[in-house]
Amino acid sequence: MATVIIPTPLRKFTNNSSRLNISGASVKEVIGDLSLNFPDLKKHLLDEKGDIRSFVNIFVGDEDIRNLQQEHTALKEDTVVSIVPAIAGGSEAGSLFSREELARYNRHIIIDGFGLEAQTKLKQSKVLIIGSGGLGSPALLYLAAAGVGTIGIVDFDVVDDSNLQRQVIFGVDEIGIPKVVAAKKRLKALNPFIEVKIYNTQLTSQNALELFSEYDVIADGTDNFPTRYLVNDASVLAGKPNVYASIFQFEGQVSVFNHRDAQGEPGPNYRDLYPTPPPPGLVPNCAEGGVLGVLPGIIGSLQALEVIKIITGVGDTLSGRFFTFDALTFETRTFNIKRNKANPLNGENPTITALIDYEQFCGVKAVERPVKEISASQLYDWQVKGEPFQLIDVREQSEYDLVNIGGELIPLGTIGENADRVARDRKVVVHCKMGGRSAKAIRELEEKFGFDNLYNLKGGILGYIDEVQPELTKY
Amino acid sequence: MLQISDSALENMINDAVSSFPDECCGFMFGTEDEDVRKVREITIVANAKEGDKRRRFQVSPVDYMKAEHYAEANGFLLLGIYHSHPNHPAIPSEHDRVAAQPYFSYVILSILDGVYAGLRSWRLNEEALFVEETINDHQTIQ
Repeated sequence: MATVIIPTPLRKFTNNSSRLNISGASVKEVIGDLSLNFPDLKKHLLDEKGDIRSFVNIFVGDEDIRNLQQEHTALKEDTVVSIVPAIAGGSEAGSLFSREELARYNRHIIIDGFGLEAQTKLKQSKVLIIGSGGLGSPALLYLAAAGVGTIGIVDFDVVDDSNLQRQVIFGVDEIGIPKVVAAKKRLKALNPFIEVKIYNTQLTSQNALELFSEYDVIADGTDNFPTRYLVNDASVLAGKPNVYASIFQFEGQVSVFNHRDAQGEPGPNYRDLYPTPPPPGLVPNCAEGGVLGVLPGIIGSLQALEVIKIITGVGDTLSGRFFTFDALTFETRTFNIKRNKANPLNGENPTITALIDYEQFCGVKAVERPVKEISASQLYDWQVKGEPFQLIDVREQSEYDLVNIGGELIPLGTIGENADRVARDRKVVVHCKMGGRSAKAIRELEEKFGFDNLYNLKGGILGYIDEVQPELTKY
Repeated sequence: MLQISDSALENMINDAVSSFPDECCGFMFGTEDEDVRKVREITIVANAKEGDKRRRFQVSPVDYMKAEHYAEANGFLLLGIYHSHPNHPAIPSEHDRVAAQPYFSYVILSILDGVYAGLRSWRLNEEALFVEETINDHQTIQ
């Protein structure tokens, strides 16, 4: 016979008795008898094999039975046997934040309703940004600064001088190097506590799903229809929320697509609004229509905001709503949007179950292929060394009469019909005033006539005048 | 619902702050009436974890037995355990859950860089998962 003391947490299995008199000559017999009389208690004392659980200590008097004869410890009359639960715990292995990080994120942590909990979620999250241009620049900077643990960047482009009017993540020193490389360098300099993964490639139907599967939130910072549909469809198929943004000239739009609510229901996506794209050419992109540089700064920051809200669960996201901002009138509007039964992706009768060819679907190329380039000083070098090459000027006659550098005049509008005048047996340098028209001429010649020996003069004739012949007339 | 007396709360916070960057731990004693648990006293217990105490705590079996005796001798119920999470939110970790006992309230105090940053209480449900227990801090109990 022994008196067994039942610990408080287990008394609900012994009808609230704290002391029980149990017969048995050893600890094993007493525990066996106890388990038999109180079956609910058994699983808290013994494991599947019938051994005493590691979290349970048994004391006979003041001595742990591990220091006696284990469960074979003999019991005398009136011995007190105590069941002592192990009390232990602690925060996660490896404290999540270093002192430096806590200091860095202090202004987040002290916000009532945000705090360390939201900061922890940010650190544990993975966000994929498609494109590090006008929208991607501010989104990346703010998400990195905020402490998003892992940021992925997809971009195949290199930094160009004309980007710097709005793509604030880059500087003049980075012109000519891959955008993802320049962006990673800037983000790591801003926040060394985060991971930045870069993908120096174009997002395609072949790589999108695999890439998306590694991230929690997707944000599309590109601005063309093929990529927009690709990101939308891949997000829905991969089950990821997609923070959408779009800009044109003075107007911006933001929404959150495919974000599951508390009941697990996905919110609307881009296909609920626009099942199919507009006819090619109807809506110009930024390269053609232009954009006020500060606008992607505003809209890209709103995108970062929505990413943070999705991750932390703080506030109400734009899921089911569509926000527009007109920078000229300063008018903002928020429309309610709903899921559409006819959505070909996840409506009542889905017809799209895999990613398709989005360039064909939209009738336009997602990206304009970069053309080969030559600098003014390189051209001068060729001229001095007597390298064999042809120089073609695609400006208009009136511009040619004003100033020229001896090129053969073939205005852009007539380049197709004069393709036979373009040499194939040597290098051909094409120029215009600043480099835009000559790039178009090169693309047309490459695509329609299969040229591969064409070089665009960077900065056009104006660049050449600045660097090589400053005595010529600028216009 | 859990109510904590002013003195018990003060003692808990002092222990958690002075133990930083280590984890502290201790027992909570009081009464239970219907669904309301009132913590009237705490006892501070040495963190018996060998090695790194910044992320782990452990209570020795002898201290546990003393706590049961103290409750009995003073007409209290042993209501649960408090411990601190230095530089970590007041959310139970998997270590906490695996070692947790039924019935007990687990109060966790978050200490950030040596400064008290709030506390929350958790209890295991039937599926052995932690469910947050509301703490009534509006009503002062003596």
